[in-house]
Amino acid sequence: MKLSPKWKQRIAFSVLGLASVVVIVPVIVIFSILIEKGLPAINWEFLTAMPRMGMRAGGIFPAIAGTMYLVLGTIVVALPLGVLAAVYLVEYARQNWMTRMIEVAIVNLAGVPSVVYGLFGLGLFVIFLKFGSSILAGSLTLSIMVLPVIITASKEALSSVPQSFREASLALGVSKWQTIRCIVLPNALPGILTGTILGVSRAAGETAPILFTVAAFYLPRLPKSVFDQCMALPYHLYVLSTQVPNVNPKIQYGTALVLVALVFILNFLAIVVRAHIRGKKQW
Amino acid sequence: MVNPGTEKIVAEDLNIYYGPLHVLKNVTLSVRNHEILGIIGPANSGKTSFLKALNRLNDLNPNCRMSGSIRIDGKDINREMDAEDIRKRVAMVFALPLPLPMSIFDNIAYGPRRHGIKNRKELERIAEKSLRSAFLWDEVKDRLTGSAMKLSGGQQQRLCIARTLAVDPEVILYDEPCSGLDPISTAKVEEAMFELKARYTQILVTNNVKQAARVGERVAFFLMGELVEADDAKKIFTAPNDKRTEDYITGRFG
Repeated sequence: MKLSPKWKQRIAFSVLGLASVVVIVPVIVIFSILIEKGLPAINWEFLTAMPRMGMRAGGIFPAIAGTMYLVLGTIVVALPLGVLAAVYLVEYARQNWMTRMIEVAIVNLAGVPSVVYGLFGLGLFVIFLKFGSSILAGSLTLSIMVLPVIITASKEALSSVPQSFREASLALGVSKWQTIRCIVLPNALPGILTGTILGVSRAAGETAPILFTVAAFYLPRLPKSVFDQCMALPYHLYVLSTQVPNVNPKIQYGTALVLVALVFILNFLAIVVRAHIRGKKQW
Repeated sequence: MVNPGTEKIVAEDLNIYYGPLHVLKNVTLSVRNHEILGIIGPANSGKTSFLKALNRLNDLNPNCRMSGSIRIDGKDINREMDAEDIRKRVAMVFALPLPLPMSIFDNIAYGPRRHGIKNRKELERIAEKSLRSAFLWDEVKDRLTGSAMKLSGGQQQRLCIARTLAVDPEVILYDEPCSGLDPISTAKVEEAMFELKARYTQILVTNNVKQAARVGERVAFFLMGELVEADDAKKIFTAPNDKRTEDYITGRFG
């Protein structure tokens, strides 16, 4: 039997449509399970209180706060470093073996498994530089992990600013650095911020890099300085699920829900920031 | 201080290469104070390369090499001046209008601000003066804070001229400034060039021989990277020395 082109087209469309539906199924399933089992655990105490009774009761506030600190620390370290590196690579670097080496290094850095970052952070920041297991060491480790993401996103954002803007500015006798500061960076900002937030939101959910560098098993108080250890949501979830006997599953799912919600909020923030700045952009 | 007729820019034995391509060959050409020099020639004749050498925009192309010298008021622009200084004195208007993605006012104020003028009153004065000189003031005076990207093509090009004037240059280079414009917008740009003659030395690269005849006082004809001849416009268009010039302006090729 020979199918008419019209039917072939219909079949092709159905297959393509099915493939994209398959992508959203896991997302929906994960969210519905988390919400169904975790939502009953969420209340004011859960979000704002210290854990009690060996983490079997009370809240997860120190873990939420710890993850926030880590996210903040990662942004503070990785954003300037990544953007400056990207500006150098896009605007100043000549195409030579040095530049190519740096680019290869960035690609390879992106491919390093996260547990290796954890060991690297343990070796360099915790032991060699004597930061100890601390927010500082954890933030630095996470920063190195998200650096390739930020550099790549920033490079793309910078390259997408039309060359003609640079020429128009330079032709007025404006220096290259002023051109970058006043024309290139403002126009690349939405892309840079989006890339940064997406990179950092992934880092927020990572367990392996913080395992040896910052995460505390059980620490029912808030850190006082960047040299303190802190709890963090992903590690706390791991502990609740595997290390502590007789935990009410409600608490486990509630913790997972909070972590996912946090990452979701960060991603949403990236979209809002991009939309807001793009609204002001005039080309 | 400025004597019209004396030499403002002198290019001597200028050679320009893009990688293996020899795009400008032994060009020696001078530009006089307060004249409009028209540069004509077919595509790939080296006109734009010559223009970009005059304010060192060729520096941006890492494959570009140059020999010979260019002097402005006797000073070698490549050896005795910074690229930023020369670009401030020798400004350029491009073929396509290139407004920056900001308001009309900010476009004009962009150059002066970067050069250190922060006073709002002063910037407003510069903006009005520049826009008037570029014959754009009456059309935009009520929407200076509006986006420059929303202007028509002809208005955008005059905005670019105004933006150039705002940095107070001595020489203005035009790289086929009317190639994307309709005849009426073209006429307005040309009108602006006439008005600016009193204060600026202007060099106009154009594909349009008639435009060179209308606007240029002297005209230079480039072909395949060589300067064939440069002379008073009247002479070039009535009795050129070189057969090739005559063939080009009468439309036998190009």
